[in-house]
Amino acid sequence: MTKTAYETVVAARSKDKVATADLINNIFSNFTEFHGDRQLNDDPSIVGGIAKLNGTPVTVIGTQKGKNTAENIERHFGMVEPEGYRKAIRLMKQAEKFKRPVITFVNTSGAYPGMDAEYHGQGSAIANSLLVGMELKVPYISVIVGEAGSGGALALATGDTVWMMENSIYSVLSPEGYASIVWKDSKRVMEAAEDLKLTPQILLEEGIIDKIVPEVVDQSSTQNLKNMLIAEVERLQRFSADELVEKRHERFSKF
Amino acid sequence: MQNKFSLPTQDEIVKRLKKIPEGLWRECPNCHEKFYYRRAGVYEVCPNCGYGARLGSRKRIKLFCDAFEEWDKALATDVHHLDENYKKKLAAGIKNTHVNESVLTGKARIGNYDFAVGVMDSRFIMGSLGQVTGQKLAHLFQEATKQHLPVILFTASGGARMQDGIHSLMQMAKVSDEVARHSEEGLLYISILTDPTTGGVTASFAMQGDIILSEPKTLIGFAGRRVIEQTINQKPPKDFQQAETLLKNGFLDDIVERKDLKAYLNNLLDLHSDK
Ligand SMILES: [Zn+2]
Repeated sequence: MTKTAYETVVAARSKDKVATADLINNIFSNFTEFHGDRQLNDDPSIVGGIAKLNGTPVTVIGTQKGKNTAENIERHFGMVEPEGYRKAIRLMKQAEKFKRPVITFVNTSGAYPGMDAEYHGQGSAIANSLLVGMELKVPYISVIVGEAGSGGALALATGDTVWMMENSIYSVLSPEGYASIVWKDSKRVMEAAEDLKLTPQILLEEGIIDKIVPEVVDQSSTQNLKNMLIAEVERLQRFSADELVEKRHERFSKF
Repeated sequence: MQNKFSLPTQDEIVKRLKKIPEGLWRECPNCHEKFYYRRAGVYEVCPNCGYGARLGSRKRIKLFCDAFEEWDKALATDVHHLDENYKKKLAAGIKNTHVNESVLTGKARIGNYDFAVGVMDSRFIMGSLGQVTGQKLAHLFQEATKQHLPVILFTASGGARMQDGIHSLMQMAKVSDEVARHSEEGLLYISILTDPTTGGVTASFAMQGDIILSEPKTLIGFAGRRVIEQTINQKPPKDFQQAETLLKNGFLDDIVERKDLKAYLNNLLDLHSDK
């Protein structure tokens, strides 16, 4: 039975939602995490590094929410700061240099709305992520795991292939934000969720995403996602760098 | 000896000022100083703090360009399946700006230099980034790449257009890619951030210029002040998203007053010309 839009929002935000760190550990081997943007800081809301996918070296980048309150505060509930986007850019450029495919896992309600984030150029950091992501000369797969809101999510979701997990949402702004702007009432989330057309089914129909990934809840569903990623990396690796960039261009041009 | 052309006394000035009808007074939205409208001059700048009033896109073209030929004039959102509220907003935007979308695009000239120009207009649904806005901007960069022209883009936007949903978000990626392609051809892109430049526009093409300029006292940011206040539970200082702060923090190349802008751009175009 299909969920309503609001039920999908709730499921996407569920405490039981698979964590990016678990996805990385269970799908890849030899994961080595790297830190820092080489300019100012290390943003713990972004986890990134290199690993092997079925023997192939890849760069993995994902937003990481906390598993408890303390960790959530440290990681800003997966809301990324400019330093996090700059770390992601650095790892993407590194992947390009060593011709490694890039896989991103997105679970963020948006970029972190803080004072330092503004002072440190949140807009500029996302803008540069988009430039780098759109022109990346290696295969790039983006998987939306839970929430994906606004430019803060898009910065990590300009893949050649964009997938969403069954219980995930993708929208221009959060349902709460939408409700408070449209009706000056952030509690009308249910209607907002409907209006925003944020479910994987609708976004698949609209061509915004390419596939819905069965929810990762156990070993076999993890293995399923792993198999999907292996096959997709193999498929994308058949294209030249120029072909990849051209196809990505076409993919986003049609929007 | 009594000079019959002597300056009026202070009392006389106050008396005369009181006679100026209400409608001729302007209040600066930045410093709240009230002034007689003519003092703002042709550039509509507050005589007290230098803040420039929000200008319409066609007026901006008149002020800063010597020639202009519009592109994609007829391109507009297909209102067929839209809800009444959105239709009304689009109609009001068109009426306010005499442009079919929140951006006006075309080919323009300053002095001897041709360039592709885009001007966003905050009076069109807050300069929001609609699907057609993105389409016009993407085409602007494509055409500039084809014709080997620099791009000068004035941004003004409240951010994404909610009514266009996820398609609004996709415009950020789409336009960014055209900026990248234009750049790869070795062509110049100057973005000029005008009040207000926020949200998804800041987080894409506004911040992607080779040279990023702004006007005095311009509001520039990604997240809205209210959202930030709610998140961090404190009030940021008044100037925290102001052009002057961004210049200090390293995110702008320069702040240019309107009266100097044309000459400033002429010089940049000259420095990048092939001649
Ligand atoms: Zn003023």
